[in-house]
Amino acid sequence: MAAKTHSIFDPTIVVPAIGEAFKKLNPLHMVGNPVMFVTEVGAAITTVLMFTGTEGAPFGFLLQVTLWLWFTVIFANFAEAMAEGRGKAQADSLRKARTQTFGQRLTPSGGLEQVPADQLRKEDVVMVKAGELIPGDGEIIEGAATVDESAITGESAPVVREAGGDRSAVTGGTRVLSDVIKIRITSNPGETFLDRMIGLVEGAKRQKTPNEIALTILLSALTIIFLIVLISLKAYGIYVGVTFSITVLVALLVCLIPTTIGGLLSAIGIAGIDRLVQKNVLAMSGRAVEAAGDVDVLLLDKTGTITLGNRQATAFVPVPGVTEQELAEAAQLSSLADETPEGRSIVVLAKQKYGIRGRELHDMPNATFVPFSAQTRMSGVDYNGQSYRKGAAGAIRDWVGGRLPKEIEEEVESISSNGGTPLVVAMKEKALGVIYLKDIVKGGLSERFERFRAIGIRTVMITGDNALTAAAIAKEAGLDDFLAQAKPEDKLALIRKEQEAGHLVAMTGDGTNDAPALAQADVGVAMNTGTQAAKEAGNMVDLDSNPTKLLEVVEIGKQLLITRGALTTFSIANDVAKYFAIIPAMLLGTFPLIAPLNVMRLQSPTSAILSAVIFNALVIIALIPLALRGVKFRPLGAARILRRNLLIYGLGGILVPFIGIKMIDMIITAVHLA
Amino acid sequence: MNANGWIQLALYVGVLLLITKPLGLYLLRVLDARGKTFLDPIMRPIERLTYKLLCVDPEKEHDWKRYTAAMLIFGFVTMLFTYAILRLQDILPLNPQKMAALSEHLSFNTAASFTTNTNWQSYVGESTMSYFSQMVGLASHNFLSAAVGISIAAALVRGIARHTSKTIGNFWVDLTRVTYYLLLPICVIYAVVLVSQGMIQNFKPYDTVSLTEPFTTQVPKVDDKGNPAVDAQGKPVMEDKKIDSQTIVQGPMASQIAIKMLGTNGGGYTNANAAHPYENPTPLSNFLQILSIFAIPSALTYYLGRMVKNQGHGWAVWSAMFVVFLTGVLVSWHYEAAGNPIMHQLGVDPASGNMEGKEVRFGIFNSALFATITTDASCGAVNSMHDSFTPLGGLVPLLNMELGEIIFGGVGAGLYGMLIFVVLAVFIAGLMVGRTPEFLGKKIEPYDIKMAALVILVLGFSILGFSAWACLSKWGAPDPVTQQLTDGTNNNGPHGFTEILYAYSSCTGNNGSAFGGIGANTPWYNATLGLATLFGRFAMIVPILALAGSLARKKRVASSAGTFPVSGPLFTTLLVGTVLLVGALTFFPALSLGPIIEHFMMHSGKLF
Repeated sequence: MAAKTHSIFDPTIVVPAIGEAFKKLNPLHMVGNPVMFVTEVGAAITTVLMFTGTEGAPFGFLLQVTLWLWFTVIFANFAEAMAEGRGKAQADSLRKARTQTFGQRLTPSGGLEQVPADQLRKEDVVMVKAGELIPGDGEIIEGAATVDESAITGESAPVVREAGGDRSAVTGGTRVLSDVIKIRITSNPGETFLDRMIGLVEGAKRQKTPNEIALTILLSALTIIFLIVLISLKAYGIYVGVTFSITVLVALLVCLIPTTIGGLLSAIGIAGIDRLVQKNVLAMSGRAVEAAGDVDVLLLDKTGTITLGNRQATAFVPVPGVTEQELAEAAQLSSLADETPEGRSIVVLAKQKYGIRGRELHDMPNATFVPFSAQTRMSGVDYNGQSYRKGAAGAIRDWVGGRLPKEIEEEVESISSNGGTPLVVAMKEKALGVIYLKDIVKGGLSERFERFRAIGIRTVMITGDNALTAAAIAKEAGLDDFLAQAKPEDKLALIRKEQEAGHLVAMTGDGTNDAPALAQADVGVAMNTGTQAAKEAGNMVDLDSNPTKLLEVVEIGKQLLITRGALTTFSIANDVAKYFAIIPAMLLGTFPLIAPLNVMRLQSPTSAILSAVIFNALVIIALIPLALRGVKFRPLGAARILRRNLLIYGLGGILVPFIGIKMIDMIITAVHLA
Repeated sequence: MNANGWIQLALYVGVLLLITKPLGLYLLRVLDARGKTFLDPIMRPIERLTYKLLCVDPEKEHDWKRYTAAMLIFGFVTMLFTYAILRLQDILPLNPQKMAALSEHLSFNTAASFTTNTNWQSYVGESTMSYFSQMVGLASHNFLSAAVGISIAAALVRGIARHTSKTIGNFWVDLTRVTYYLLLPICVIYAVVLVSQGMIQNFKPYDTVSLTEPFTTQVPKVDDKGNPAVDAQGKPVMEDKKIDSQTIVQGPMASQIAIKMLGTNGGGYTNANAAHPYENPTPLSNFLQILSIFAIPSALTYYLGRMVKNQGHGWAVWSAMFVVFLTGVLVSWHYEAAGNPIMHQLGVDPASGNMEGKEVRFGIFNSALFATITTDASCGAVNSMHDSFTPLGGLVPLLNMELGEIIFGGVGAGLYGMLIFVVLAVFIAGLMVGRTPEFLGKKIEPYDIKMAALVILVLGFSILGFSAWACLSKWGAPDPVTQQLTDGTNNNGPHGFTEILYAYSSCTGNNGSAFGGIGANTPWYNATLGLATLFGRFAMIVPILALAGSLARKKRVASSAGTFPVSGPLFTTLLVGTVLLVGALTFFPALSLGPIIEHFMMHSGKLF
C-alpha cells in the first residue's frame, strides 16, 4: 500500500461525498448524532411551517431559513462523507493487496486441495510455493522463504521469513519469491488485520471511543438545555407579550446547539485513523489512536529504534600475557556460528585486521556450537577439546568462576562508559580479553526526544547492554532514562511499574517474547515483520516495521484530540455572537427600544436571523479542511498549548462569528435576499 | 461609585482573604474523622455520645451510594419533622403571640425550603412563626442543612483527592463534626457579638408602642366570615383604617441570625430580613454578616487545595469565584449609583442613586454589595429590596443565582457546584492539550460527564421549566384576556416575568431571596417553589456524589509537562469563561425578555 495523501478537494472523493451527504439524511442514520438529529427535525418542522401560513413572515424568508437549516445538516453529512471517502480511498489501496487468491490447503489425509482464500479458516494449513501469493495472514510452521511484501509496505527489497523465531509471520497478499513454506492460517476471513483496518478507515464499523462518547453526552446535554431554553422562551413571550414564530425559534435553536462540533465530530475521528494509515500504521481501534495521545512514557528498544541496529566490532583488547592475535583467533572461533550482525562483524574484523582466515563450519566436524540464549547471554564453540565463549562481562564472569582479571573489568568499564559494548572472550574458563563493539546512533533523534520532553513525554531505552553502555548511548541519543541488561520479562515488569505510578506507556516490539509487554502497554506497536503473537498482542501494527515511528503515532494521537477539543471550544464560543444577532431580532418587533442590543448593527430582524443561520451552516464547510487535516501539533508544554489554543479557538471562536455574521448580513442585504 | 465604597470593598476582600487560609486549615481538621481540634476536650465526649445514639461506627467509611442514602434519609426525616412542627404550631409551646398552625402547602414549602438550605419564605416571619417554630423547626435546619452542604462538598473533594478508593467518607461523621466543631462554636461567639451590636435575644411577647404620628390607610374590607368583600364588578372593597400603634417584634433573634448568615441560609427572622434594625443594627453587624456569608465557602477552596495537594488549584478556583463576584458587585453598584433617569427628571438628586427599596443606613454601596454577596452565595438574606433595584442592578442577583450559586456559593454547595464547572472546563478545553481530559490525574470519562451534565440540566430545567409553567398557568400569571391578576403575580410584562424568573431561580439555586412582587403564599406557588428547592438540592447532590464515587475509584495518572494545568491565571480565565458560556448563556434569552428589556424601557421613560 502506498502512503498516498489525497488533496482535500480531490474530485474523486468530493463528488461521491456530495451524494453520500444526501443519503445520510435518513433519520435512522442521524439518530446516532443527537445534535444533527435535532437540527434535521428542526428543518423538517420549518419545512412544514412554510406552507401553513401561521408564521407571520414572508415566504421568501421562511424558505431561506428552511433551506439553510437543511444545508446545515447536509454540510455535516458531507464532512462525514468526505472523511469516509478519504478513508475508502485508503482502504481501496489496502484492498488491492488482498486480491482474490487461492490457497493449497493440506487435507487431513495429507493431500492438497485448491481453496479460495476467503474460505480459509483459522488453523488451516496451506502450502505456498515460490511465485504464489500467500492466501491469508498466518505463521510459517515449516520452511523458510524470501517474501516480497511490497504490496503492504511499499518496500521493494524482499525479506526472509522462516519458521520459529521472531520472523515467522506472513501477511496475506504478499508473494513468496523463493522456496516453499507451510503456513498455519491465524485468522478467519473478514477478521484479518487488513479487514479490520478497512472497516475502521471506511468508518462503517467504527465504534465511538470513550472520549467521543463523553463528548457526545455533553453535546447532547447542551442540546437538551437549549431545547428547554427555546421552549420556555415561547412561554415567556406569551407572558411578556411577544409572539415568537416557530421558525425563528428553530433557527435560534440550531444556531445555539453545538452543530459545528456535532457535525464534524465523526469526520475528525475518521480522519485521525486515516492519517495513521497514511503513515503505514494500522490501528486496531480508534481508542488506540487516542491512547497514543495520552502516552507519557515511551519504551524504545535500543536496537533498531535508537541505534542503526548493528554494532560493529572495532578492536580487540587482550589481557596482559595474551597477544591480540590470540584474542582475535579465540574471538573468531567463538563467533563462527553467531549469525548476528555483531557476530559477523567480529569475524570480519579478525580477518581484516589480523589476517585470520575465515574457517568454514564444515571444516570443523568435531566442533559443538553453543548458540546465544537470552538466559546464558553467551555464545561460543567447543572445538578440539577447548571451550571458547564470548558474551557480556557478567555472563563470562559467571562462566569463569565468578572473577575476571582486573584489567578486563577496567577495560569493560572504559568501553561501556564510552558508549561501546564490551564482549569478553574466554577460553577454557580463562578470560583472554575484550571485544570492543560500537553502536551507531540514528541521526536526528535527540531533537525529536527534546520535542517529547517539552510535551511531558519521557523516553526510556531498553537494552540488554550493561548500565554503562546504556547510559552512554542514552546520553548520546538524548533519552531521559534507560533500562540496562533487560531481559524480555524485565520489559513487562517495567511497564507494570510505570503504569502503577500512573503513567501510560507505549512500546514497540516484534518478538513473541515481546507479546506480553505489547499487550500490557497502553499502546503497543507491533512490527509487521514480527511474529503473529506480537501482532495480536499489540494494538497497532507498523507496516514499515520502523520502530522510530512510535513517535509519529504519538503525535497523530495528540493531534486528533487537540482537533476535537479546538472545534468543541470554537463551537461553544460561537454562541455569543449568535445570541447578539438573533435575540435582538426576535424582540425588535415588539420592543423597538431594544435596538442598542443589536451590537452588530445588522440591517433588519430577518437579515439578522438569516445571517446567523447561514454563518452557522457555512462554518461547518469552512472547518472541514481543518477537521480532516487536524490542528497542527506543536511540541510545547500543556500550559502553552492551552494558552495558544484558547486564544485561537476560544477567543477566536467568540470574535469570528461577529465578523462573519456582519459580512453575511451585508452581502444578503446587498443582493436583496433579506 | 465613591471612594467610600471602594475602601469598604477593599476592606471586605482583604478580611475575607485573611480568614480564608486559617479557616481552611481548621476545616481540614474538622472534615477529617480523626482530626484534632482545640475543642476536643469539650466536644469529643458529645461527639462520641452522638455516634452511640445514632448507632454509627465513626471508623467506618461508606461508598457513594450509602453516603447518598444516608443524606437522603436524613433530609427526608428532618423535613418531615419540620412539617409536623409547623402543622402543629398552635398546640406546641413557646407561642406567646398565639400563632395559628400553618397550611399544608405553606408547611410543605417552608419545610422543603429550610431542609434544602434555601430559606425561601412564603410567609411573614414575625406574624406567622412561634418562637418554638423559629428555633426548633427552622433554626435547626439552618445548622443541619449547612452541615449537609459542607459534608457533600467534603465528600466530593475526597473523591477528587483519593484514588482507587471505594469510599468517600461517612455522612454521619461529617454531619456531626461540622455541626459540633465548626458551626455551633462559631455561632455561639458570633451571636454574642451580634447582641453587643444591639440585636435582640429574648423570649418576651411582642411590644406594642403608640405612634407619635398616627395615620389612616386603606385596607381591604373583610366580611363576617373573614373573606375579602367584593363589589359588583368583582373588585375588592377598601375601607379606611386608623393606625395609631405599632407592634415591635421580639424573640430569640441573634442565635438564629448567626447561623442564618454563617450557614448561608438567609431566612429572615423578620420579613424585612437584614434591613430590619433589630436584625442588622449597625454597620459593623452588616459587615460581619456579609463576611460570614463568604467565610466558609471561601475557606472550602483552601481546603480543596490542601486536600488535592495543589494549593494553586484551590486559589485558581477562589480567583474564578472572585472575578465573577467582583464583576457582579461593580455592575450592580454602577447601575444603582447611576440611579433611575425618570426619578432624576422628577427632581431627585442624581448623586443619591437609586435609593428606592434601600435602607438609608446602608445606602447604595452596601446594598449592592449585600445583594451581590447574598446571591453569589446561596444565602438569600437581604438588606435591601431587590425588586426595587434598577433593571441591570437587579439582573446581577438574578444571574448570580442562575449560574447555580457557585460564586463562593452556599456553604459546601458553592464548591461542589463550581467543581462541576471545573470538570466541564477541564473536559472541553482539556482535549486541546492533546490528551484525553484529566482533572488532577483523573481521566474524565463518559460516566463523569453524564453526571456533570445532569447537574447543569437539572438547574436549567427547574428554573426555566417552572418559570415557563408559571407564565402559562392560570395560577401563575394574570388572566390573558382580562389582564386581571389572580392570586399570582402583581405585575405583568417584563417586570412581572422577572419576578417569576427570580422566584424559581432563587428556589432552584437554594438561595431563598425574593424579588418580591409575587404573592407566593398560594397552594400552586408554594408547591412548585417547594419542588424547585428540592430539585435544586437533591437532584443535584445525587449526581454529584455519584461523580465523587466515580472519581474516587479511578487510578491517578502521573502528572508531567503535558498535563492540563488546573492552576494559575490561565485556568482561572478558562473556568470563568466556562461558567459564563455554559452557565450564563442558557439564561440570556430569558434575561433579555426581563431585565434587559426593562433597562431599555426605563431609559425611554417607562417603568413597571
